[in-house]
Amino acid sequence: MGLIAKPDPATAVSYNPQAQEGWITTRLDFLVNWGRANSLWPMPFGTACCAIEFMASAASHFDLARFGMERMSFSPRQSDVLICAGRVPFKLAPVIRRIYQQMPQPKWVISMGACASSGGMFDSYAVVQGIDTIIPVDVYVPGCPPRPEGLIYGIMMLQKKIMEERMSNTAIRDEIMPDPTSQLYIPPSRIDELSEPFGNSVHQTRSMP
Amino acid sequence: MSKPAKQDPAAPAFAIVQPGQPGQQPATPYGIAHRGGAHNPSVEALRAQFGAAILRHEVTWGDTTVYVERAKVGEICAWLKADPSQSYEYLVDVTAVEYRDHVRPIEVVWHLRSLKHRRFLRLKTELPKDGRTPLEVPSVWGVWKGADWLERECYDMFGITFAGHPDLRRILLWEQYKEGFPLRKDFPMRGRFSRAQQLTNALAADPEARYSMEEISIAEAYGDLPADVRQRLTGGEKVGE
Repeated sequence: MGLIAKPDPATAVSYNPQAQEGWITTRLDFLVNWGRANSLWPMPFGTACCAIEFMASAASHFDLARFGMERMSFSPRQSDVLICAGRVPFKLAPVIRRIYQQMPQPKWVISMGACASSGGMFDSYAVVQGIDTIIPVDVYVPGCPPRPEGLIYGIMMLQKKIMEERMSNTAIRDEIMPDPTSQLYIPPSRIDELSEPFGNSVHQTRSMP
Repeated sequence: MSKPAKQDPAAPAFAIVQPGQPGQQPATPYGIAHRGGAHNPSVEALRAQFGAAILRHEVTWGDTTVYVERAKVGEICAWLKADPSQSYEYLVDVTAVEYRDHVRPIEVVWHLRSLKHRRFLRLKTELPKDGRTPLEVPSVWGVWKGADWLERECYDMFGITFAGHPDLRRILLWEQYKEGFPLRKDFPMRGRFSRAQQLTNALAADPEARYSMEEISIAEAYGDLPADVRQRLTGGEKVGE
């Protein structure tokens, strides 16, 4: 269902042809989602080289303004989508958690690049192995760093996801609360599983016996 | 069109460019031997002043390294800065080295530069890994104020304590970090705890309990600024000439 302007005057309830009033009939779900998806205000959380590609996406050549995202919100209170661009060290884990908790609903998260999504090449003592171990993530954008086209594709996927939300499903807007003692919102065993070394980094355990 | 001059077969295929005028020391040295060569004249001055506290010296890639006794580091640094024949007024770096070797000691390194005499000097002291020697060296914060954060970083990464440092806390890792000292060779690359435990520890760190979210204004810091900076702030700075 799309936007339909000017219905047939014969079937309209109180249509006054003299006033030239416009009419739109639509579904509320569609209207709300359409508004949300096309005015996403990003909260940029740029920590590394992905942030450079993110800035390139926002600049005139790739022009994020086409998606209603030209307004970078450097305050989490006035933002809709948290774009984590770059690696997140453990020291920043409470910071990004706080920023996510300060954002009002509805809110979404894009994990941009290999490091934010999985820790990337930084399989070390200092780097969080994927921000999905701290906050819920909606869209993962692969790449090291992803090109602006990649980020824009991820944003369009997020828009598609928003368009499919239904207001009848209230659970998707519930705040996910972490476990009060461990401050984790997914079980520790799942975090260890997500952080398992893979590929070449399996062989890298350099410490003197 | 004239034909290009025929090259002398004995001449090299390309000209070797000699920087500077003939007989003049080039601005950027080149062709330096890995080991040996002329050492920094400060070595003799140190030996004359401190005698047995200067253990040995070596020249690597043209830079002089002097191994000194651990307890005398503060005294030696103070003299190197204050003596007009040395005047090492710039502390470039303080760091440490641990080798992948069970016997070779941990070294603490000070890089000094004298702008006046255009000299570079590397001081080293050795801390044996025998388990009995404490990993402690004197702080040079009293000599160069710039040593403050350098020594904190060295403590953070290697666990070497600097006796006399006014505020020896972790600087890169957060202060409640419990896993040890990451640049030590016995530290596993992924840390000592499981990822879930690391994350729990990291999320439990309350940054606001230890760090102020407010920026310190220049007015608040006024009392701590040096006199010449205060003068510039109050009198206004000349812009351009």
